[in-house]
Amino acid sequence: MVDVMRQDLLALEGRRRLYTGLSVVLLIAVVAAGYREASALNSGGFLQGLLKFFDYPSQIVMQAWDQGWEFWSLFPKFLPALIETINIAAVATIIGAVFATVLSLASSRNLEVPAAIIPVVRRIMDIMRAFPELIIALFLIFVLGASPVPAAIAVAFHTSGALGKLFSEVNENIDVKPLEGLKATGSNWLQRVRFGVIPQVLPNYSSYFLLRFEINVRASAILGFVGAGGIGTELSRAIGWGAGSEVAALFLMLFLSIVAIDQLSSYLRRHFVGAENFS
Amino acid sequence: MVAATEQSTALMAETVRVSVRKASTVPMLLLVGVALYLIYAWNAFDITALLERAQLSKGALLISDSVAYKTHVTKNLRRGDFEVAIEGERHATYKDLPDWVRGDADKFSVDLGDGYVVRVEDKSLAFEVPGYGTIRSELVGKKIVTELPEGPVPDWLKARDVKLDARPTFSRRVQMSRAKIEIHKFDYGWENFWFPFTSVLHGKSFGELLEIAGSPERLDADMPNWRFILSSFWGNPEWQHGIVAVALFETILMAVLGTVTAAACGLPLAFVAASNFNPNGTLRFVVRRIFDFVRGIDMLIWSLIFIRAFGLGPLTGSLAIAFTDTGSLGKLFSEALENIDRKQVEGVESTGANRWQRYRFGVIPQILPVFTSQFLYYVESNTRSATVIGALGAGGIGLVLVETMRTQRDWENTFYIIGLIIVMVFIMDSSSSWLRRKLIAGGEKR
Repeated sequence: MVDVMRQDLLALEGRRRLYTGLSVVLLIAVVAAGYREASALNSGGFLQGLLKFFDYPSQIVMQAWDQGWEFWSLFPKFLPALIETINIAAVATIIGAVFATVLSLASSRNLEVPAAIIPVVRRIMDIMRAFPELIIALFLIFVLGASPVPAAIAVAFHTSGALGKLFSEVNENIDVKPLEGLKATGSNWLQRVRFGVIPQVLPNYSSYFLLRFEINVRASAILGFVGAGGIGTELSRAIGWGAGSEVAALFLMLFLSIVAIDQLSSYLRRHFVGAENFS
Repeated sequence: MVAATEQSTALMAETVRVSVRKASTVPMLLLVGVALYLIYAWNAFDITALLERAQLSKGALLISDSVAYKTHVTKNLRRGDFEVAIEGERHATYKDLPDWVRGDADKFSVDLGDGYVVRVEDKSLAFEVPGYGTIRSELVGKKIVTELPEGPVPDWLKARDVKLDARPTFSRRVQMSRAKIEIHKFDYGWENFWFPFTSVLHGKSFGELLEIAGSPERLDADMPNWRFILSSFWGNPEWQHGIVAVALFETILMAVLGTVTAAACGLPLAFVAASNFNPNGTLRFVVRRIFDFVRGIDMLIWSLIFIRAFGLGPLTGSLAIAFTDTGSLGKLFSEALENIDRKQVEGVESTGANRWQRYRFGVIPQILPVFTSQFLYYVESNTRSATVIGALGAGGIGLVLVETMRTQRDWENTFYIIGLIIVMVFIMDSSSSWLRRKLIAGGEKR
């Protein structure tokens, strides 16, 4: 009896392994085919590209090297562009966070908002999150002209949806006892949110806010490429003109600022939510 | 006694007041700081000037142009000939006049619907506008002489010596200059969406198409009719359905290939970077810094470097995504590995399992939910990223979008591509969250 069962189990296990193995082989085949297809659709080939891969980076570095001490004077030159990019990200994150707070309060099940509006607000946030910011930015650049404002609006739109979802998850995890206490004192909905909800969620909100700011710095830099100003615009100009040392300076500045914001934000987030809750 | 209670109540109230004030000071300062920053940003972005320059009419034009197209009826006053063409384009000129134009070059009438009729005779026109009267214009020598009905001139009408421009409704416009008379009729919809204007299939209904597809009589000697219909649609030169479909495929290919590669490279490296699997601190440090480096350099910069090396196309995009996300996924996986439960590994070990079996049966099942959910989440978000880096020049639908926007001629094409991108993002989004719910036990709809 036991032997039969064992045999059955072994057979089952064997089949399962066979299927797993087959799906792994299939996956590898699909990926390989995908790469072949991608390589065929590409204008340059994979192997020639591999040989040329270091050409461009080394060319940039060489040009930067040739500049000598002059190279470092490019940094102050591009500083305003960098500040502009960071401003776009900061304004967009602030405005986005304000909208996200409102949207998240309207879409949390435990805050006594009318049940009918919760799914509606959630779908609105889904749409805001899924809508590619590039499209909004391009449309607004057409209407408003090339300036940082279209980028800020586009990023803020996306941020509202993305942060709103995270915020509403935070809202749903709070302790409702303070809310009941406040209700007992006769406070209205706004007062309950102000004194019962906000103090509880603020640390997590701040953490997500900083994380989003970091993401938005990258997004703003990219939108600069389509004419939204800031470091992206400078980078696309420098690449277009083949000004290698300027490209190197801009790459380096972008890299350093992203690293700096990364470090600062993770330090602050640790501070807000406490190292033990940090993940 | 009573006085003492009152006193202590007052003291308590005072304490509460002070603590509330203390507690509100920091948020208030923060709010003031944010407000000051926004004022600074308002000036830095020069929003006041921007609002003055903003051309909201351009936006309205764009939206209306996206859903409507116009047909021009043009009479050349110098040569005396006339033609009817969609958007006034040479390749979309009607050979047989549509039924709302009647007559010949010397004398014809255009019925714009709802009683709006334009009659053109030699070098004069009469435009009947219901509720206003008839506008009569004639080219006399080098001057346009216009005769208007009694009463004040409405603001949709401009009549000068050199030009007449009347647009009583959004969808009807008549213009006259010394060189030509031009009548615009606007229709909702996307013209020539299915088949090119010159194709014999243009304007056929779905039933007629089915009939053509079934009929043995070949329209094109080289192929059966159903294939002819498909290839006419696929190769439509204006809407480029074939090219757009390939571009969409490229974008999804970029996202999926890039993420699969990143996950495949990230997982083994994550074991090296996790402190409970790799006792070698130096190696751990090196791998972690590699993760930070590829992640920190940013997809933007990677894609620019890859474009130089590999040219435009999905391979470039895939590699850029793969590089960046090896860093992100590797970091996430190594954190998941550090958080696993030792006991299951020990259990597997106690059965005499070797190192690989321990990983396979003790570790992988534990991190699989994290792995799957992060993988799917990244596929989804990379679909959006692939559109964006495509627009920078990596290819795919992003590049097609930017190119159609740059020409700024056919906004309906742009609108169509935007629609397709949004549909694509939504499909990727919802299928990934559906899969996440299905694959991860206990996963609930969020």
